Amino acid sequence: MADIAAPELKSGQASQPAKLVEMNWDPITRIVGSLGIYTKIDFEQRKVAECYSTSSIFRGYSIFMKGKDPRDSHFITSRICGICGDNHATCSVYAQNMAYGVKPPNIAEWIVNLGEAAEYMFDHNIFQDNLVGVDFCEQMVKETNPGVWAKAQKTAAPHAEIHGYKTIADIMTALNPFTGEFYRETLHVSRYTREMFCLMEGRHVHPSTLYPGGVGTVPTVQLFTDYITRLMKYVEFMKKVVPLHDDLFDFFYEALPGYEEVGRRRILLGCWGSFQDPDVCDYNYKSMTDWGRSMFVTPGVVVDGELVTTDLVEINLNIRILLGSSFYDDWDHEETFVRQDPLGNPIDRKHPWNQTTLPRPQKRKFDGNYTWVMSPRWYDKRTGDYLALDTGGGPIARLWATALAGLVDIGYVKSTGHSVKIYLPKTALKPEVEFEWKIPKWSNAIERDRARTYFQAYAAACALHFAEKALAELHAGHTRTFTPFQVPDEAIGCGFHEAVRGVLSHHLVIKGGKIANYHPYPPTPWNANPRDIYGTPGPYEDAVQNTPIFEENGPDKFKGIDIMRAVRSFDPCLPCGVHMYVGDGKTVDVAHSPTFGVPPGMKPGGHS
Amino acid sequence: MDPESAIPYGRKTQHAPALKEVHILWITAGLGCDGDSVSITAATQPSIEDVLLGAIPGLPKVHLHNPVLAYENGAEFMAPFHAAARGEMDNFVLVMEGSIPNEKINREGYWAAMGTDPDTHEPITIPQWLDRLAPKALAVVGAGTCATYGGIHAMEGNPTGCMGLADYLGWDWKSKAGLPIVNVPGCPVQPDNFMETLLYLLYQLAGLAPMIPLDAALRPKWLFTRTVHDGCDRAGSYEQALFAKEYGSPNCIVKLGCWGPVVNCNVPKRGWINGVGGCPNVGGICIGCTMPGFPDKFMPFMDEPPGAVLSSNLIKSYGGLIRSLRKLTNSTVNQEPKWRHNRPTLTTGYRR
Repeated sequence: MADIAAPELKSGQASQPAKLVEMNWDPITRIVGSLGIYTKIDFEQRKVAECYSTSSIFRGYSIFMKGKDPRDSHFITSRICGICGDNHATCSVYAQNMAYGVKPPNIAEWIVNLGEAAEYMFDHNIFQDNLVGVDFCEQMVKETNPGVWAKAQKTAAPHAEIHGYKTIADIMTALNPFTGEFYRETLHVSRYTREMFCLMEGRHVHPSTLYPGGVGTVPTVQLFTDYITRLMKYVEFMKKVVPLHDDLFDFFYEALPGYEEVGRRRILLGCWGSFQDPDVCDYNYKSMTDWGRSMFVTPGVVVDGELVTTDLVEINLNIRILLGSSFYDDWDHEETFVRQDPLGNPIDRKHPWNQTTLPRPQKRKFDGNYTWVMSPRWYDKRTGDYLALDTGGGPIARLWATALAGLVDIGYVKSTGHSVKIYLPKTALKPEVEFEWKIPKWSNAIERDRARTYFQAYAAACALHFAEKALAELHAGHTRTFTPFQVPDEAIGCGFHEAVRGVLSHHLVIKGGKIANYHPYPPTPWNANPRDIYGTPGPYEDAVQNTPIFEENGPDKFKGIDIMRAVRSFDPCLPCGVHMYVGDGKTVDVAHSPTFGVPPGMKPGGHS
Repeated sequence: MDPESAIPYGRKTQHAPALKEVHILWITAGLGCDGDSVSITAATQPSIEDVLLGAIPGLPKVHLHNPVLAYENGAEFMAPFHAAARGEMDNFVLVMEGSIPNEKINREGYWAAMGTDPDTHEPITIPQWLDRLAPKALAVVGAGTCATYGGIHAMEGNPTGCMGLADYLGWDWKSKAGLPIVNVPGCPVQPDNFMETLLYLLYQLAGLAPMIPLDAALRPKWLFTRTVHDGCDRAGSYEQALFAKEYGSPNCIVKLGCWGPVVNCNVPKRGWINGVGGCPNVGGICIGCTMPGFPDKFMPFMDEPPGAVLSSNLIKSYGGLIRSLRKLTNSTVNQEPKWRHNRPTLTTGYRR
């Protein structure tokens, strides 16, 4: 463990007198990728003051993809992520479809939608209840907030008759890693949902059956039987899980008044849309506004609760990649690949189509460059601001944009303009249920987590619709899954999708039949980025900065649970790392979180 | 009842493992995607909880230190790694996930790091961790193709100069317990392939199994000797020269870019999860992701492999003949024997 050079005191920052304790957690576990958190905590004010976010791994996709066959790009970019690689493969296929001018047969699109729905069902499930859930388990709550544990034991779970856990404490016990009943059940669910995924996309997490132009999956009666029987088990499971999580999350607001401030930041949400409607989508850029709005998760930018746009063209045009405090050189003197989009709109130099990645490894300096993550921003032309949009881990932004847009209405799910209704039909042991996700008051840790559960139900409900559509194609004899195409000599393409944890875009430029430029922008760069050139902090930095501390432990036994909950609510997915640095540079004591669960005979690491 | 007779007689069948406890130190901070850690959570043969909760007889007590699954954070999580580096942990298996960047090419900074050095306050790079931990490990295991051979991130034109475990430690490297590097490739690793290999190693360390049998690429022989094609249910259509011209066809997809006939991997046979999914068996071309030559030697993935052009042409006449003969026999065996009828006479040949 490290103490690191205290950052220079910057003017304009609130400075607290003394009593700041530097607390380090590196790596943050139970996420995908290596994330470190460096904080200074003010234990008198019981809050976190300032936060830096840095990433410690560079792999260089945009560099080694240059000159390769563009048809390889979905195979390659899938390898960006080990939990949602298929989202990359899918997004890459979308971008390639645009570049090649090919529209897959309808049944192929339903198969991709079914695969992606299974990915959401699996991934949110395992993250929520096997990774995030541990932050809410008996063992953790006992160690961080004995008072909350005592209250949980006395608090009846309002939906006990539905999920079977009598008290909130019973839910917490069921979430204990490996020994908890619900923990093990969700691990099992994560397996059969991945089987559903493999039915459609071949392999998890790097699919084998996705191609530009369609899929290699053979549509048969058995394919859909195998999927639907598993889906209905999941539908029944979600009828229990939604009320279970509502009980748990509502309890935290009740047990710890003010908990809504944990991980809270301004409502700045981005969603790039998910699930194409093959009846509308032709992958032509010129009609992208229309087919974007036909997606079964509506794309949108939500600022302070207002839906700014649902237009994918506008979303695309206003993406900017700022260097910020990252380990890269500027690309001002490099080639401009795309000056205009196919509609004639000008494309900025800082747009992903025109980015050139120039890595420069260097020492980490928190008053200079401290990360491998650049700062993606969304240019708000109304105000001229470069907005540090976050994805809130995906679901909260998806549901928020979809709810406000009022465009989705497929029976199983309906957007009302202020909420999203989710209908789950009768299953073996449970009657039909309708859940309603209502726009919350805050963009905070608890609501990000709650939305995740609701989106699991949303994905299952969408899958019911997709399965019906796919079966209708099969029954009509439309079993061809592929449309042939030629790779043009020169072309551009872009794909927009929702990775499990939020916005995903792939921008592709083809020259001489080869990849001339390729830039994927997954959710984590949006969430985990550092201060940009305008000094605007990235969303993690921003959300952690003013998080109050509810943990009962003092500095000697501090586990940082409220910070962990704030960060994990974003579902960090960094096969790259993030370090956070908090404090104003005043008197600093360096302390370490105490060693937990180290086997006998071993000494805790670190120093003080 | 005297205390001796209270001990179940059958207990004598149980062997105490030669090691009581084993730690698994799992580094995910190579150039990878954590896909192998995620993959093993899908395993059921055995499952991760089978191993950790002691559901399989004869195994030592296993302590897993993997960042994706750990309860602990930060210093608590890193403590066992530092302890092992200081020589304070007797029995551990090191699992490497992600390829190992060449940090010698950087003047300052780093490509990948995990934790921070207590003395220098600098991030600890992956080569530094390997230098510290590998000499003290009972076994070193590569999980997935990045760690084993470099994989996707070691593609031509990569800026990091990254490589696999044996490229870094040496192909002849042996652990202090005399084990070679154990490679379980796959991009990502097939869930059960990894957990089963780990199970074998735990048996071996417990004194219940001989030296793990490995091939020249340091892969477990029982998993990687046969090819994709050997286990593919579409090999039958190859044999009859039925080649798909378009994705989505149930026929052999070798002409669409499948490298199955020359790739060592059991996935079409084992499936991906609980027997579901896979590659050419479900319509996905094999791109050779278990191979040391992956990915460059298989690109562009969607073109027909050069060798397949020749072999698929050679089989055309033979396969065509076999197909028509089989069609004949097939239509014969699709007919019931003529004595099964509802007429008032018995024509089965039965005689009293």
